[in-house]
Amino acid sequence: MDRGLCQRQEMDRKETGIKAGLSELFFTFLKLGAFTIGGGYAMIPLIEKELIDKKGWFDREEFLELLALAQSAPGIIAMNIAVSVGYKARGKSGMYLASLGAVLPSFLIILLIASVFTSFRDNPVVESIFKGVRPAVVALIAAPIFRLAKSAHITLKTMFIPIGTAILVGFLGVNPVWIILLGAIGGIVWFSIAKRKQT
Amino acid sequence: MIYWQLFITYLKIGFFNFGGGYAMLSLIEHEMVLKHQWVSHAEFTDMVAISQVTPGPIGINMATYVGYTVTGNVWGSMLATFAVSLPSLVVMYAIVRFIQAFRQNKWISAAFDGIKPVTVGLVGSAAILLMNEQNFSDYISLIIFGCSFLLSWVFKVHPILLIVLAGLTGLLVY
Repeated sequence: MDRGLCQRQEMDRKETGIKAGLSELFFTFLKLGAFTIGGGYAMIPLIEKELIDKKGWFDREEFLELLALAQSAPGIIAMNIAVSVGYKARGKSGMYLASLGAVLPSFLIILLIASVFTSFRDNPVVESIFKGVRPAVVALIAAPIFRLAKSAHITLKTMFIPIGTAILVGFLGVNPVWIILLGAIGGIVWFSIAKRKQT
Repeated sequence: MIYWQLFITYLKIGFFNFGGGYAMLSLIEHEMVLKHQWVSHAEFTDMVAISQVTPGPIGINMATYVGYTVTGNVWGSMLATFAVSLPSLVVMYAIVRFIQAFRQNKWISAAFDGIKPVTVGLVGSAAILLMNEQNFSDYISLIIFGCSFLLSWVFKVHPILLIVLAGLTGLLVY
């Protein structure tokens, strides 16, 4: 209890100590949203440069902690980063403005594309371009799987989880939501068994 | 009715999004293509390509695009984009506010450890779901797939460059 209080006081102190202006926060994330192609992970090095090196709103360790949380929590990673950084820098209003800034560029660009693309799709030139692009997109999604498996520490023993997931969702059309819930429950069950064995 | 469906679907997509862009694709695809049939497989793949060459997270791009095409107006776009962002706002706010309690809870981290290998499988299933006749119309598609896979996996060619190359190939061949 005491510790939580201490932590909160420390956080409050940090919040008031940072000189981030609200409009500065908004425009920084607007810039990040406009210039990072590929979402959350592509944002990370830019945020580091912008917020830590240039503006000095955070120290590196603090940022890495926020980043780890943003990656493990549910939600779009870029949004999670905007929410946590915004909140840490300027509380609730900082959180709203940072996330608005992060969303706005892609929202406007896609809106523009959506309103013209539907009429362009039947154009033979556009159609032939996308006919070439589609298999490449599938390859782009498939290519990082081995690297992902490595970073998730998949071993021969746990290989059945990603393979089973791929079969259930990819071939049998099971809703991914169920498999995610199953994974969470499995993790908890596994942990409690391991804990009981220890004691 | 359609607005309510959009809202609930994108709220779900936002909340069950673990492991970033590609891992959430299978969920988006399941909901949008298989369940609600708001877009076709080919249109979905085109959207992934567009997302790769335009700024912004794939989840936001998808929400904005589908919100617009399904309702035909900006409000649908705004609603879907808001819905997909809402879980981030609520959950991350709670986490950062009570950061200590969250990080020290062994049960929560055990649940996340269980989800991690699942997300790897979800990326795989996104690729499997896209391997269909709409995206692979002939043997040239297979060649493009094979070359792209190698370029991306072995030579780590940037996704934007890869999509531009594939688009040029399509323009020349078809």
